[in-house]
Amino acid sequence: MTATATPRTKRQEKAAAGPYGNVGKAVDVLDERLGFAKGGRTFMDKIFPDHWSFMLGEIALYSFVVLLLTGVFLTLYFVPSQRLMTVPMDFPYKPLRGDTVSEAFYSTINMSFNVRCGLLMRQMHHWACDIFVASIVVHMARVFFTGAFRKPREANWLVGVTLLILAITNGFLGYSLPDDLVSGTGIRIADSIMLSIPVVGSYVSFFVFGGTFPGDIVIERFFIVHVLLVPGIIMGLVGAHLGLLVRQKHTQFPGKGRTERNVVGSPMFPVFIFKTQGFLFMVLGACALLGALAQINPVWQFGQYYAANISYAVQPDWYMGFLDGLLRVMPAWEFNNFGYTIPFEVTFPAVIFPGIVFNIAMAWPWIEQKFTKDTEMHHLLDRPRDVPHRTAFGVAFFSLLAILFIASSTDVLANFFHVSLNFVLVLMRVLVFVVPVVAYPVTYFICIELQGGGSLMGKRKRANVVTRTEDGEYVALPSAPRPGDAHEELDATPVPTFIVEEAAAVLEEEVASESGVKVAER
Amino acid sequence: MIEEHDAVDITTVTADSPQMQPLAKDQDAMANKIGLLFIIGLVCFLGFGVAYWQDATYWIYGTLLGIGLFALGAGFIAWGKYLLPKGPFVEERHVLASSGQERSAFAAALMERGVAPIKRRKALGALLGGSLGVFSIVALFPLVRSLGPLPGDSLATTNWKKGTLLVDINGNPIHIDQIDVGGFATVFPEGLQLTDDGQAIDQTFLIRVDTEGFTTMKGREGWTPSGYVAYSKLCTHLGCPVGLYEQQLEMLVCPCHQSMFNVREAAIPTFGPAPRPLPQLPLAVNSDGHLIAAAGYNEPVGPGYWERP
Repeated sequence: MTATATPRTKRQEKAAAGPYGNVGKAVDVLDERLGFAKGGRTFMDKIFPDHWSFMLGEIALYSFVVLLLTGVFLTLYFVPSQRLMTVPMDFPYKPLRGDTVSEAFYSTINMSFNVRCGLLMRQMHHWACDIFVASIVVHMARVFFTGAFRKPREANWLVGVTLLILAITNGFLGYSLPDDLVSGTGIRIADSIMLSIPVVGSYVSFFVFGGTFPGDIVIERFFIVHVLLVPGIIMGLVGAHLGLLVRQKHTQFPGKGRTERNVVGSPMFPVFIFKTQGFLFMVLGACALLGALAQINPVWQFGQYYAANISYAVQPDWYMGFLDGLLRVMPAWEFNNFGYTIPFEVTFPAVIFPGIVFNIAMAWPWIEQKFTKDTEMHHLLDRPRDVPHRTAFGVAFFSLLAILFIASSTDVLANFFHVSLNFVLVLMRVLVFVVPVVAYPVTYFICIELQGGGSLMGKRKRANVVTRTEDGEYVALPSAPRPGDAHEELDATPVPTFIVEEAAAVLEEEVASESGVKVAER
Repeated sequence: MIEEHDAVDITTVTADSPQMQPLAKDQDAMANKIGLLFIIGLVCFLGFGVAYWQDATYWIYGTLLGIGLFALGAGFIAWGKYLLPKGPFVEERHVLASSGQERSAFAAALMERGVAPIKRRKALGALLGGSLGVFSIVALFPLVRSLGPLPGDSLATTNWKKGTLLVDINGNPIHIDQIDVGGFATVFPEGLQLTDDGQAIDQTFLIRVDTEGFTTMKGREGWTPSGYVAYSKLCTHLGCPVGLYEQQLEMLVCPCHQSMFNVREAAIPTFGPAPRPLPQLPLAVNSDGHLIAAAGYNEPVGPGYWERP
């Protein structure tokens, strides 16, 4: 009866708590109420394959986190209003004192000069946006060139392309908010692009601007779309993107012990959590360093937007570059028939072309299926060289976009190289056609070469391993096939060691592999 | 050389298996390095706090914050990579698809419970569809139509009329002797120089060339008193202000996409993507010797659009 009253030693208490101590206790408490032990274990055991290219999507995710964090800060100071006001005479940046500017512009420069951390947050936000779009594009290229979009992941590819479009859209909207000379010119161009849409163009423009350009409401509208609508959709789609990833499990490259039926790598807890958490901090750190050391969008130098003012050598953010480039190289083909006008020199580059680009991107999994007739499940990734047509198409596609991007700075190039603007423009008009057409076959043949050359078309060349026998004789024998060559599900051959100490080992391995391995015909 | 092991099943692995051991050979040395990274992070964060408190220049505390976060992240990653179970681990990929039996049971339930009875009432279905269809169309009215007025002919009109006085951005009229040959100014209809309309639609580029009363094209005789010529400043490509004047070539250049317009020949585009000449404003001189518009523009200014005749 009295035994319970005696105070227990620490050791006894520990023993009473069971082998897992307080952690065990906490698990008991929670599991009894939520029943999470089984699911939690499955979650902890989730395996993530290790490859550097799999972190490109993480950069996108974490730069989005930076965008949310810094963006919330900016909303605390930004005033989305085009009402005019006068810059106070004690404003730190002297050239703007006494100027008539909009409240949107003033609140932007005010948070840059008068709010501690304001400029840092603004610059981090802008850098994070550029990184966000860039990492989505690079991540998408990884998914494309390794065939990760194939069945069963077509839906996630669609979600991804949609995210890219939304990221570009929101980047443009955010870029427009400060109401400075450069962004105002961007909005003016956007207005003209809306006007170029046949039949409904002028209605679209009037509904967006609430009347004629510029009106007094467009910043307010862009603001709410930029901070609420689009980020909300992006967040939902990021959730769907990751949810599908967890449900379908990550793809992996072929390799030792890796098959279509398993995932080899690090577990969610603790290794992946540590790595990905660390990576979040590194992306945050990279954005902070860029925001601190690399000036971006110094709107106080551009000044307030007035529709009759213009600056020289204005360029949009990089992800709009390909559109601007095509607007420059497009010939002046305006069609006027039956009293109606189609400004095709704008409609094609700014409406039809991006439509084609993103529709091809969206439809790619099915376009490829049409050619390959491949309806199998794929969890092992392709090496780009092994799928030469897809790789060549991708390179041609990206080279077209790259040339258009370069064409968006024809004036800067002409100045820099001291050549005539006419020459640069004509050159770009030629290159837009030549480069993709050349890129396709060149990439195709490089792929074939990397696979093993003409006589082995479609098969990977097997390297010879040179070894020295005990008698001092050198022999060259073809190496065992690499895992990608074999039929993975029949035989997951270990990666061979190419520098072999003893010839006997090679010969044994050779015999074994020759008899048992079926080399897949590609 | 790192010892390599086969992947082990994550669900059955025991604490003493080689895959559960850390990757680092010398764990204490690695722990010291990671500790150093965390200390760098700690020091940088403290520095950030002090710099913020002292209101240092933004790039100083930004750099401290960046280095601190970078070091913290690197330490985190190194801890995960070198001091936690090195693996590799393997997990089976479960087949996502259900068995054929489960699938047909689901399809059967779907069909028998709902689809079949619903399909039987074709008229009801049509009514439901029609009602939802009308709803989705009328729902667009407040969502879209309320956003702005209808364009009407506002894209085709400007505030320039016969007799409108030309003023510069400060509201001063332009006297006939005021601008030297080769000079130029951006002009607006009197009183509208600082309004949205005046700025965005009426903006006009006034240039004085060296020929007295020259003619830009047939039918525009008398539009250019004393060599003054005025064109809409809105580029016919995308509506940017055509703000660059190349004096020697007598070309107007749009800084956005480099369209060039020949000032002497009715602003016909000689280069670049602009499809049409800039509309020309006929000029006259009033009794005080100030420039006025002899008439409004005879065509819509700015970029092309569907209803443009």
